[in-house]
Amino acid sequence: MFDNISVIFPRILEGVPNTVIATVGGIALTIVLAFASALGLLASSPVARGISRVYVEGFRGTSEVVQLFWIYYALPILVGIDLIPLAAGILVLGLNHGAYGAEIVRGAIQSVPRAQYEGAIALNLTPAQRMWRVILPQAVVEMLPSFNNLFIQLLKSTALLYFVDVSEIFKQGDSLRASFNDDQGLIYLIELVFYLLLAIMITMTMRWLERMASRRVGRTPPSRESALAKVSGGAV
Amino acid sequence: MDVWDWDKAFAAIPPILEGLLVTLQITVLGSLVAYVLGLILAIVRRSRIPVVDQILWALIELIRSTPLLIQIFVLFYVIQPAMGLQLSPFATGVIALGLHYACYTSEVYRAGIDAIPPGQWEAATALSLPRSRVWTGVILPQAIPRVVPALGNYTISMFKEVPLLLAIGVAEIVARAEEQGTSDYRYVEVYTMAGLAFLLLSFPAAILVRRLERRVAQK
Repeated sequence: MFDNISVIFPRILEGVPNTVIATVGGIALTIVLAFASALGLLASSPVARGISRVYVEGFRGTSEVVQLFWIYYALPILVGIDLIPLAAGILVLGLNHGAYGAEIVRGAIQSVPRAQYEGAIALNLTPAQRMWRVILPQAVVEMLPSFNNLFIQLLKSTALLYFVDVSEIFKQGDSLRASFNDDQGLIYLIELVFYLLLAIMITMTMRWLERMASRRVGRTPPSRESALAKVSGGAV
Repeated sequence: MDVWDWDKAFAAIPPILEGLLVTLQITVLGSLVAYVLGLILAIVRRSRIPVVDQILWALIELIRSTPLLIQIFVLFYVIQPAMGLQLSPFATGVIALGLHYACYTSEVYRAGIDAIPPGQWEAATALSLPRSRVWTGVILPQAIPRVVPALGNYTISMFKEVPLLLAIGVAEIVARAEEQGTSDYRYVEVYTMAGLAFLLLSFPAAILVRRLERRVAQK
């Protein structure tokens, strides 16, 4: 079973950079969109609320595969720009998970006790100061565990980029299938190990961020039993 | 060439509806597998049988932290040939989605079972009910209603993940849309209609689940 590992392993390894780029790019876009649309959902302006609601429900209500195909095949016809597959992938990962992230951020902001708002108003802070200096530092602590799940969900979704020919881990493994028909078990095993390692790295980073964020607001983070991530399955 | 062609969009509706029917069949059957298997997993894990428990834990974590697309391929191209059988892509899809989501629903059931006050277990023991009656007569009738909204959420998620099965040749919504688009390279209409098909079902379903959630929370 392991005869061809010297050929198979390096080929799959070549896909890791693209998976990492897609994951990191997707996460960056997710964070921006999640915060922007959560603030939109909580805004007093009905226009901002409406736009954010349409974005969040639109992306949560449709399949990620449809979104990918739409952005890769349909959008270029509409706007006349061709996207390279990796860019289209990052865009879809960010847009899709940003919509789920928006509800995480909104929930966390709303979970900050009312008295914190009132205290900030009593101290005569401007609305922007209130958000940045009082509400968000506390809300961030609440949202980090959910973001951990969301980012692992995003990592798993990078395998979809196989559909638009990005040579990430899964695509690299797939390109080996024809010539190493008897080693398919090994190919998928190596892929699974790579995804598992990347998932553990995300979880470790998020745990570290969680400790930093809770220390900043003077809390001790609760320790959780499982070292691996609990993934929420993109609950609607 | 116009950006949007209404004729093309309308022509795509019948095949997309056929794809939607396939997608719904897989979602319903896959959900049934996930609901039943998840419950069995939760009950077995609660009995904490040494070794079995650790193996199940590792398996559940592995399935939950790796892409579903790989799991579909492993089931289709590795496990089935190794077992000497070749199921249809449809059946493979039902099993792959069912297994994948069973790992999530088992956690849902676990939380629901853990939420039952210990007094219920003690009372059932005091009445010296047999183990099976404790589960079917006391614990599950209380635990399951609380977890229905969470199970509903996973069914909605599953519905949206069925298109992954186009990779092994299931004629679901996106595969049917793609086939309509390739004939003349017009993709805007077909993928927009495919997106609408998902939205049309999953948005009302999500609202229904949110309502259920609120009702369960009030109890």
